[in-house]
Amino acid sequence: MKSSAYSRSYRFLHYGLLAFYVIFALFPLYWLLKVSVTPNDLLYSEGIRLWPSRPSLAHYTFVLAHSDFPLFFKNSVIVSGSTAVLVTLVAALSGYAMSRFDFRGKMWLVGLMLVTQMFPLVMLVAPIFKLFSPLGLTNSLTGLVIVYTAFNVPFATFLMQSFFDGIPKDLEEAAMIDGASRFRAFQQIILPLTLPGVAATLGFVFTAAWSELLFALMLVSKAGASTFPVGLLSFVSKFSVDFGQMMAAGVLALIPACLFFLLIQRYLVQGLTAGAVKG
Amino acid sequence: MASIEIQGVGKSYGAMPVLHHVDLSIQDGEFVVLIGPSGCGKSTLLRMIAGLEGITSGAIRIGGQVVNELAPKDRDIAMVFQSYALYPHMTVRDNMSYSLRLRGTPVERMTSVVSAAASKLGLDALLDRKPRTLSGGQRQRVAMGRSIVRQPKAFLFDEPLSNLDARLREQMRVEIKKLHRELGTTSIYVTHDQVEAMTLADRIVAMNGGVIQQVGTPLDLYERPTNLFVAGFIGSPAINILEGRLRCDGERRSVEIGSGERISTAPLAHGHDGQDVRVGIRPEDVQISPKADGGPTAHVELVEPMGLGTIVHIRATHHALKAFVLERVDYPVGTSISYELPASKLHIFDAMTGQRFPE
Repeated sequence: MKSSAYSRSYRFLHYGLLAFYVIFALFPLYWLLKVSVTPNDLLYSEGIRLWPSRPSLAHYTFVLAHSDFPLFFKNSVIVSGSTAVLVTLVAALSGYAMSRFDFRGKMWLVGLMLVTQMFPLVMLVAPIFKLFSPLGLTNSLTGLVIVYTAFNVPFATFLMQSFFDGIPKDLEEAAMIDGASRFRAFQQIILPLTLPGVAATLGFVFTAAWSELLFALMLVSKAGASTFPVGLLSFVSKFSVDFGQMMAAGVLALIPACLFFLLIQRYLVQGLTAGAVKG
Repeated sequence: MASIEIQGVGKSYGAMPVLHHVDLSIQDGEFVVLIGPSGCGKSTLLRMIAGLEGITSGAIRIGGQVVNELAPKDRDIAMVFQSYALYPHMTVRDNMSYSLRLRGTPVERMTSVVSAAASKLGLDALLDRKPRTLSGGQRQRVAMGRSIVRQPKAFLFDEPLSNLDARLREQMRVEIKKLHRELGTTSIYVTHDQVEAMTLADRIVAMNGGVIQQVGTPLDLYERPTNLFVAGFIGSPAINILEGRLRCDGERRSVEIGSGERISTAPLAHGHDGQDVRVGIRPEDVQISPKADGGPTAHVELVEPMGLGTIVHIRATHHALKAFVLERVDYPVGTSISYELPASKLHIFDAMTGQRFPE
C-alpha cells in the first residue's frame, strides 16, 4: 500500500500549503479585527496575544457615534458606486467595439490606452488639480468620480474585451439573422452571457475606487467631501495614532466591499457560455 | 421561398481577394451545395448571401431584390451554423421562438408554430431544457428548428454536421433531405464533405481558390469533372490520376501511359501528338483479375476491406493505382495481378491547364 501512503502524504502537503497560503493572506485582516476589539488600555499592556482578554465594541461605538466616519462612508459609497457603474457601462461598450470591430486607428487607440496605465499617478496630481480647480471640481465627489472613471476605463475595457472575445461571434450573427439589430443582439444575447465579466469589472473598479487615497487626499481638502481612506488618516494625530478606532473604521469599511462581492460572486463563478457552441 | 442570383460577386480583404467574380443562379426551391477545400471561399460566399460579410463587387439578389446593402435581419433568410450558435441562456423554446418574438408574432401563433416545428424534429420533450443539457445531435436539431419556424425565403447551412460523429451525421443528413422535400425552401449548404454534397444536392457548386470550378448535378461532377481539381475532389476513394501522353495516329487517338501501354480513347476534339496529359480513372472502373490474361500486370501493395467492397492498391512499373471491387478479395501483398483501364471510362485532362479535353 505504498501508493496510498504516498497519496495521503501528498494530500497532506496539498492542504498544508493551501492552509499556509490562506493564513498568510488572511492574517492581516484577522489582526485588523483583533485590534479593533481591543480596549485602549489593553492595547500596549497585554503584549502580543491572539485575542484580547477583555474584548469590547467601544471603538465601534465611538467611530459610529462620535466621528465623521458615517459621512466618509457615505461619500465612499457614492463615489465608488458611481465610478463602478459608469466605468462598467463605458467599458462594456468600448470592450465590445474592441472585440468585434476593425476600425482605422484601433491599434493607436489600444496603444494610447496602454500608455495611460504606464504613468505613476503622482505625476498627474498637480496638472489635474490645476485643471479641476477653476472648474469647481475640487472638493467635490463629482471630481473624484471623473478622475477614477478616467483612470479605470482603459483597464476595464481590456477586461471586458477579453470576456467578449470569449463569446463566439456566431451567437450575435445568429441573432442578427433571426431579426435583431446589432445593438439588440448585444443587449439580448451577448450582454446576458457577459454577466460574469460585468460582475468582475464592477468588483474590480469598485474596490479600486473604494481604497483610492492619493487623489481623494489631494483633490479634497474639506471633510464634507472626504472619502473613507482619507477619513482613516484623521485617526492619526500629531502625537498619537488611535489604532483601535482606526481598525474599527477599517473593519466597517470592509463590509460594503464584502457585500458587493457576495452579490456578484454568483456571476463571477458561473460559466454561462457552457453549451453555447459545439459540445 | 425565393430564387437567389449571384452576379459577378467578388470579395477581398484589403488587397487580398478571396472570391473572384462569382456567377451563380439558384432556382426557387433548389438545394445547392457549395463544396471545396478549406479557404476556397465557400463559407465567405454563404456569409455574403446572409449579409454577415460585405460585398466588394457585384450584386446578390434574393427573390429579385438586390440585397447588397440590406442588413441580415432584413433579408429574411435563416442560417444554421456549424457551431449551432444556440443562445445558451434561453430554453429550447425561447431559442426557437426568438425570431418570432422579434417580429412581434402573437403568442398563440408562436406557440403553435414552435410546437409544430418541435414535433417535426422530435424536440417536444426538450422544449424547456437549456442548450447545455442537450447532446450534439439535439442541439443541431434545435438550430434547425430555429430556422424553420420562421418560414424564411431561404435556408443557409454552414457545415452544419461537421461537429457530429459519423453515425449521427448520416442520420441528420437524411433528416435534412426529408425536411427540404417537405418544406421545399431554397437551400444553400456549405460543406467539405463530398458524401453530403453528393447525397443532398440538386446541384453542386465546386469551388477552389475563390473561383467556381464547376456547377452541375452530383452525377455530372462525378462522371464528367471539368478539370483535375473537381475530378480529385469528388469521389471516395479518390480518382486515380496518371501521367500520360497523347498519341495521334491519323484519326485514331490514344493515350500512352507508363512504359508505352496504349489505350485508345474516344475521339478528342483537339490535342496534338506527344502532348502531355493527365489520365483519370475512378477506382471502381479499374478492372483487376488475378489471372495473367496478356494485359498489363502489377503487384498488390495493400488490400483495404471496406465491408461494402474492397480497395486494392496495386503498383505497376511506372504508376500506382487503386481499384475498388465489390467482391471480398484478399490478395496477399506482392501477388501479381493483371489490370485493365477501359477506354470509355478514362477522363483525359490537359497536363498544362488541368482542363478536361473536349470530346
